[in-house]
Amino acid sequence: MSEDRILKLDRRNGLSRRTTLKGLGAAAGLIAAPGFVRYGQAQSSAPIKIGFQCHRTGIGAAYGRWYERVTAAAAKRINDAGGINGRPLEIVIEDDGTDPKRGAEVVEKFANQHKVDLVYGTLFSHVVVGSAPAAGELKIPYYVVSEGYHVASGKLNRYCVQPGITDVKAQVRSVAPWIAGNLGKKVTLVYPDYAFGHDHRDFFEPAIKAQGGEVVAKVPIPPTETSFTRYFPQIPSDTDVIYHVMVGPAVLTFVKELGEFFGSGGPQLFGFIDSLEAVDIKSPGLEFLEGSHFWEGMPRYAQPDQPDYVTAYREAVGIDENGASTGDAKDISTAAHMFGCWETLNIIKASMEACGYRGPEDRAAMIEATEAMTEMEAGPDHPQGKKLFNGKTHQVFGEQSISQVSDGKLKVVHRTSIEDGSYEPEADYTTMSF
Amino acid sequence: MAFGPYFLLASLEGLVTAAVLSLMALGLSLVFGVMRVVNVAHGEFYMLGAVVAWWVASLLGGHPAIGFLLALVISPLVVAAIAFVAERLVLSRLHYEPEATIVATIGLLYIIQQLALTFYGPEARPVQAPFNYRISLPWFGYSAYKLSVIGFSVLMMLATWLLLTRTKIGLIMRATQFDRETAQAFGIPVGRVYAGVFALGAALAAVAAVLIVPIQQAHYLMGLDPLLLSFIVVIIGGLGSLRGTVVAAVLIGLSDGIISMFFSPTLAKMLATLLVALVLVFRPQGLFGTAAR
Amino acid sequence: MKIQTNLAPSAKSLALHAGVVLLLLALNFLLPEYHRGIFARVLVLSVFAMGYNLAFGYTGLLSLGHAMFFAAGLYGAGLPIYHLGWNVWPAFGAGILAGGALALVVGFLALRTTGVAFMIVTLMFAQVFYLTTLYFTTYTRGEEGLVLPQAVRRLSLPDGPLDLSDPSTRYLVALSLFTVVLAAILFLVRAPYGRSLVAIRENEERMRMLGYDVFANKLAAVVLSGTFCAAAGAAYGVLFGYVGSGFASIQYSILPLLWVLVGGAATTLGPLIGTLFMFYVIDTASSYTTAHLLVVGLVLIGVILFFPKGIAGTVRERWLRWLP
Repeated sequence: MSEDRILKLDRRNGLSRRTTLKGLGAAAGLIAAPGFVRYGQAQSSAPIKIGFQCHRTGIGAAYGRWYERVTAAAAKRINDAGGINGRPLEIVIEDDGTDPKRGAEVVEKFANQHKVDLVYGTLFSHVVVGSAPAAGELKIPYYVVSEGYHVASGKLNRYCVQPGITDVKAQVRSVAPWIAGNLGKKVTLVYPDYAFGHDHRDFFEPAIKAQGGEVVAKVPIPPTETSFTRYFPQIPSDTDVIYHVMVGPAVLTFVKELGEFFGSGGPQLFGFIDSLEAVDIKSPGLEFLEGSHFWEGMPRYAQPDQPDYVTAYREAVGIDENGASTGDAKDISTAAHMFGCWETLNIIKASMEACGYRGPEDRAAMIEATEAMTEMEAGPDHPQGKKLFNGKTHQVFGEQSISQVSDGKLKVVHRTSIEDGSYEPEADYTTMSF
Repeated sequence: MAFGPYFLLASLEGLVTAAVLSLMALGLSLVFGVMRVVNVAHGEFYMLGAVVAWWVASLLGGHPAIGFLLALVISPLVVAAIAFVAERLVLSRLHYEPEATIVATIGLLYIIQQLALTFYGPEARPVQAPFNYRISLPWFGYSAYKLSVIGFSVLMMLATWLLLTRTKIGLIMRATQFDRETAQAFGIPVGRVYAGVFALGAALAAVAAVLIVPIQQAHYLMGLDPLLLSFIVVIIGGLGSLRGTVVAAVLIGLSDGIISMFFSPTLAKMLATLLVALVLVFRPQGLFGTAAR
Repeated sequence: MKIQTNLAPSAKSLALHAGVVLLLLALNFLLPEYHRGIFARVLVLSVFAMGYNLAFGYTGLLSLGHAMFFAAGLYGAGLPIYHLGWNVWPAFGAGILAGGALALVVGFLALRTTGVAFMIVTLMFAQVFYLTTLYFTTYTRGEEGLVLPQAVRRLSLPDGPLDLSDPSTRYLVALSLFTVVLAAILFLVRAPYGRSLVAIRENEERMRMLGYDVFANKLAAVVLSGTFCAAAGAAYGVLFGYVGSGFASIQYSILPLLWVLVGGAATTLGPLIGTLFMFYVIDTASSYTTAHLLVVGLVLIGVILFFPKGIAGTVRERWLRWLP
């Protein structure tokens, strides 16, 4: 390992020496003292390389495409403002196929072949969990944008951080009081029958009980399912609210069939927008959603009272007032999640600058710099809103939006506070060794 | 909900599944029966059918029924043409060697999936149903379109059955299936028959997809699960038996729906799959098949 | 397929296999870091492919359910480590045992069928297994999976524990498993038992009339095959530290079939060649184009047009008749 590092430094010197020499007289540059100063600066102007583990193919591709666009926009903004510590940012992309096995291989490729400074950008939980061991073994920082509870659970390792997006546990806890207060206290949960769905189930039930509500039925849906009507009779008739969180392309079917089943009557609906990311709310069949409510990480539709930095952010990532691509109105963004890429890259920049990051030898210092972070103010670097980072659990907490569908658009009706979602840390990464 | 209505709902759902499944399985069964080829790309033809349907429908304005009906004609033709070309370019050169064709159709699967991802995109997109009518029963509502899918599927099955049993094309196909070499000796252009069967099989998958797309949306990964299910249906029904294919599709559709009334959904899926597997274990030739192989 | 007449493994073939193992050993010291890591994975996965090849290539049993045996090994080893704090040795044994036992039950039922019906029955049993891993998400964490902590992935030996997360150790452990299974398969297919499997594949009726217990022979082949696959799964878990239900899904039943067909069915080295080839096609294609699946598909079709019996199979047919 140490030999590798020396080799790498040598090569970097070689490269930068060549570029420096271009501008200077060769002899003068090597002999004169000012030349050495320039040389020192040139050495530190080599780009900082970030490996972006991207879902280009596989089930995550709809998200991956937007994560890629936001990452490019955020990197451009950082570079336009002078880079990180004066060094430009370079993004290296590898497709993980939304597959945990390939994910781990990609982390190895980033660390050993591309020689990046850190790995970043994963969304799907199983890819995060599958890649985490490789990141830990290779001792390379792994900044994920996944909203899973995996990081905060303490089951990963010290190199895994999630500083740019809240986790599912906090999201679920923060919406429970509003649901109990505004929609009703008897809730039926409809969720996919695997880990992500189980997290919703396990975290929501105590949260709604704390508000005097109760879960009257749980309907877990097998992930191989493409039709849902047959499960709807399991929803008790005294249900006030159907809490639904489905992931994958089948969700449109799900909503449509709910509409056919209940017609204009039926319980209130509260859903997680995860289901409808990259899907047009005005799609045929989704009329049934009119008046129902959704959790949104960040609003998809431009809100009338949004601050200037949000407008600037939306412009930079290329979405119009409906949250669709400015180039193609049918290309709907994954607005509720993709802001996490923007914010995470800014946190990476801040951490590197705080620890005076020079190269891979400072990876541990960089993690410590991130761990030392606490409050982050809302602004151009954090357009989604203010955040509170917990260094022990490596997890950030933030405000959430609750939006209502009206006229086929999502309108924010409530914003939860950071305290609504916060919970006692269940792990302490800072006591683990690097 | 009371048991009666619940049972009715589960049965209706099972029948819709069965209707679409049997069309798709019929296509697979033809290819499998006549050519002895395990076509892993069959699910991708289904997906292509849905994607083309979306494309046709989105090009046209006006009443959704126009786009849908046009898609019902164009989509199977386009998919059949693609399948025809693939058969001539690849499968025929492999001399229908069973093992080599598995690899080739897996290759085809990757190619079609990537093209769909690149040109159509990773999103799920819906096609509007030709009509939107909700039948209000006293206990629950049900989509009239779903019921019409059952009817249309039955018509398509009848048409295919007539084609196979009452026309010269059908006779030639059956002759080729029965004994390839003798058929060749009688001057039947076996190569072209194979290409035609492959295209017809793909077209049936595309029809199934056009029917399902107002219910389920087009997505570039939608082909896998129906592929597996239709393989199961073909084998359970008994190779080469049209009747068996339909009965197996209904059996699988209904057992899936009805078992889910009594158990938690994933457990129900496990039990239903196990049950169907055991049918085959104790009746290896399938329900209506003659002796194995 | 020709049945060879000389009973003892020919010197040529022994030398070839020894040479391959020695080459792989040397590669541990020669390969750049990334490729060494990849080879370690490929070696474990080609054990999976070799196990599959025993059932499919030699015995003619086209299964679409072998992911369940791999995953049985993966979970059989991973769950006791994660929940009960077992050591790697007993856990590895538990994984192999789980896979072998599952193969015995599945084989006993599925072998009542033949041909495509066998394919579908194994497919459905594997689907049930996959759903089972999801149904017990409380223990398995379903599709998200579990991380086996680095600290417990140690192989205790008389001279002290081996850290399985160390790249070199990992490579050598993977190579050892590969070598053991390769040797076992080489021995097996040369032994009378292996020949009777090939004979069953070629003409089951004749073997039955000759007085062979075809069912028992096939069942033994399925159990051995499942055990090798489970060994690969268990090794994958402890070497790479991740256990998830994705490995039980249908993709991981199709992959070994693909690897074996591309490399050459019923050849001893085909599984390794196929696994390695497929990995590098995907890896290389994805670094040149975002549409890499297209390239992979085209390459697959190209390979099968020029090597209809798989790479090693066609080489054997055309040039090296003695290749086992």
